[in-house]
Amino acid sequence: MSVINTQISRRQFVVATASAAGGLAISVALGDMADAATIRPQTFGPDTVPNEINAFLAIEPDGSILIRSPHNEMGQGAITALPMIVAEELECDWSKVKVEYASPTRNLRENNVYGDMVTAGSRGVRMSWQMLLQAGASARERLILAAAQKWNVAASDCVAANSKVTHKATGRSLDYAALANDAAKIKLDKEPAIRTPDKFKLIGKSVARLDTPHKINGAAKFAIDTRIPGMVYAAISACPVPGGKLKSVDDAPIKGRRGVERIVKLDDAVAVIADRYWRAKEALALLEPVWDTGEAGKTDSAQFAKMYRDSLDGPLVNAKSDGNVDDVFAKTVAAGGKIVESLYEAPHAAHAQMEPLNCTARFDGDKLEIWVGTQSPMNALRSAAATSGLKPENITINNCFLGGGFGRRGNNDEMRQAIRVAKEVGKPVKLLWTREEDMMHDRFRPQAAVKLKTALGADGLPVAFDARIAVGSIHRSSGNPAAASSEVEPQAVEGIANTNYKIPNMRVGCVLKNTHMPVGFWRSVGSSQNAFFMESYVDELAQAAGQDPYKFRRTLLAHRPDFLGVLDKIAEKGDWGKPLPKGHGRGIAVHECYGSIIGQVSEVSVNGKGEVRVHRIVAAVDCGHVVNPSIVEAQIQSGVIYGLSAALYGDLTIKNGVIQENNFDQYEMVRLADAPKIEVYLALSGGKKWGGIGEPGTAATAPSLANAVFAATGTRVRNMPLKNAKLAGAA
Amino acid sequence: MIAIKVNGTEHRLDIEPETPLLWVIRDELGLTGTKFGCGIAQCGACTVHVDGEATRSCGIVVGDVAGKTITTIEGLSAESKHPVQQAWLAEDVPQCGYCQSGQIMAAVAFLKEHPKPTDADIDANLTNICRCGTYVRIRSAIHRAAALMKI
Repeated sequence: MSVINTQISRRQFVVATASAAGGLAISVALGDMADAATIRPQTFGPDTVPNEINAFLAIEPDGSILIRSPHNEMGQGAITALPMIVAEELECDWSKVKVEYASPTRNLRENNVYGDMVTAGSRGVRMSWQMLLQAGASARERLILAAAQKWNVAASDCVAANSKVTHKATGRSLDYAALANDAAKIKLDKEPAIRTPDKFKLIGKSVARLDTPHKINGAAKFAIDTRIPGMVYAAISACPVPGGKLKSVDDAPIKGRRGVERIVKLDDAVAVIADRYWRAKEALALLEPVWDTGEAGKTDSAQFAKMYRDSLDGPLVNAKSDGNVDDVFAKTVAAGGKIVESLYEAPHAAHAQMEPLNCTARFDGDKLEIWVGTQSPMNALRSAAATSGLKPENITINNCFLGGGFGRRGNNDEMRQAIRVAKEVGKPVKLLWTREEDMMHDRFRPQAAVKLKTALGADGLPVAFDARIAVGSIHRSSGNPAAASSEVEPQAVEGIANTNYKIPNMRVGCVLKNTHMPVGFWRSVGSSQNAFFMESYVDELAQAAGQDPYKFRRTLLAHRPDFLGVLDKIAEKGDWGKPLPKGHGRGIAVHECYGSIIGQVSEVSVNGKGEVRVHRIVAAVDCGHVVNPSIVEAQIQSGVIYGLSAALYGDLTIKNGVIQENNFDQYEMVRLADAPKIEVYLALSGGKKWGGIGEPGTAATAPSLANAVFAATGTRVRNMPLKNAKLAGAA
Repeated sequence: MIAIKVNGTEHRLDIEPETPLLWVIRDELGLTGTKFGCGIAQCGACTVHVDGEATRSCGIVVGDVAGKTITTIEGLSAESKHPVQQAWLAEDVPQCGYCQSGQIMAAVAFLKEHPKPTDADIDANLTNICRCGTYVRIRSAIHRAAALMKI
């Protein structure tokens, strides 16, 4: 059942799905790049075009098929995978497909015809697959009806394939292009049923990504590449202490500098406007703004870490309470049974997406045009309306390729600044953050501390589990009004309160505490720290029980065949239990988030100086169904590397209220030298599961790594990053 | 006036000599394939060739490259036919794509010095950051490019 596809996937990647007959089918790559659909270097286009069959697609006279993607492209493959789903049902010639983003303004006008358009939470395929299959099926049925009416035959006697409708009895056929106008006018009595996965032809194939041709020659247009007539540049500096205000700033130091036009004062920032970005940035550095930083300006990381630890003593609000936890703990203690209690902590993490935040804004009378890379164009539209005072229907959001998102590009902070600055300047403005600005004014992964306590029964299995979680509230920090009254939020407790391990008595308490540091959605969100806590801790339980960590998990997940499929796959492919050289160790972790199960076996070595080297990570994922295996493989590799940077190096410290690590010289990243071999396997359970794929890879990396370090050294790491751990070196 | 040659075209620019080459390429010449990532020559998103050598263009000022020959991603080949670009295409390396111009320019210069690289050579010499974590495919693509170049 294992195959290495030499034509296109070429990598050690097993694609095995249960076929209708119950056997295993190996997915075959299309392989021929010449037959690929296309996208332009620019992702956005007019929000309506002639020859539309529905909002998702238009068939042009030359036979090309425009498909609109409701989610944006930030590396995760959405603009390839989502059109594949439409094309699956449309029965069109894939080589004639052209792709653009769906328009947020049209979505507003047409009552959310594209859904919420949020590209976050690993939801591209997960949330849109049915809508996209339906859009394709609906158009295909109408094309068939249009042909049947032309020929005066029954629609059931016609068949659609390869952008043509054919009358079966006579063999005559018409191209979609010749039928599009008529099809667009046809109203269906009822929508056709969408096909079942066993009938998929395009879905499941490693089709080449549509954006690659523009990403190997510099052509792909990111927001930062926007150039419009009359544009000036803005360099901006917000108060280094988030939440602080601008008291005053004197523009005398920059008067008369070449190209510099003026400064713009915002309530919490100062911007310099110039004819070139470099001139604006250099001038900005000469200003000496006076900030009002308040009490936040006296804070530091150690103080916040203590605050989160101290908060664990309560009061807490229960996110879950099953059985009678306190009784079972008391009985276990009385009987001399084992209690395992551990404190885990996690620091803030920065997104550090490669393209620093930026936005271009142009006012034209009562109209506003925006060029930005946003994960949430609908929020951008609403927020642009509120900020500018204009009607949303008069605002165009030109969403570009995103130079990384990972959760950072959902808030549109940079867009609001650009709008305010452009309004004041009266010219089109491209506003760009430096890397330092981007890292100091991130919306960080929340800092957290948890205390986990378990009573083990005589058989070594947990009988009672108590979790106490103190963490920053993402929703309060994001200004979500519903969050103010909520004392527990899903992101705070995910991966712990909804653990799938079978434990009869469970209590998960939570306390949300925010500081002045803005916190937000960081790839895999609550799972990024909670999976580290939980999966490291389950290893501790296995150790206390004297059981193998893989088998221990199997026992506690015996009721979930999908979990067992993932666990068995990584144990087999990851050589679990096989001998290793001295100083090496393997660690295992399994976690469910965004509708998918991810498992990883990491292999590390620790040298005499206590330095960790990651050699190999074997991952398996159950996302139910796979649209494009090559993209899934890439996303798991991506998530692993993202998790690895944070687990090995990601440390952000606060001094006088200010983030200290503000560029890549201090906030280290995994580069090629640190990147392990990564093998990705599918362990698909099919059925109704259509899981997300962008985030799960990140969640399982830190715990599998920490567990491998324990296996290699006997030292249990209970805080990230590993670079701060005092490791004893190879025994 | 500073004279530089970019992708075969001579430019005479009235510009401050201390301007980083990156911003000259992007804002003066409008060649936006070269990306701004960090501004301190750490990430490599701005990598170009100066007289054939991979150079982080945010870390070198235009006054220091006067009279030199500069190649950006746009000038690497006509129609993306360079073996490194072809290998990147075949391996579907890019994800968000933002760092990939720099990755490709770094790889092209690297392969000139190491026509038959091992993984260890690649890891030791290529230090550009990719936050999407395309490293596994970058390694494969470099090997593929090396094979293509031998043909």
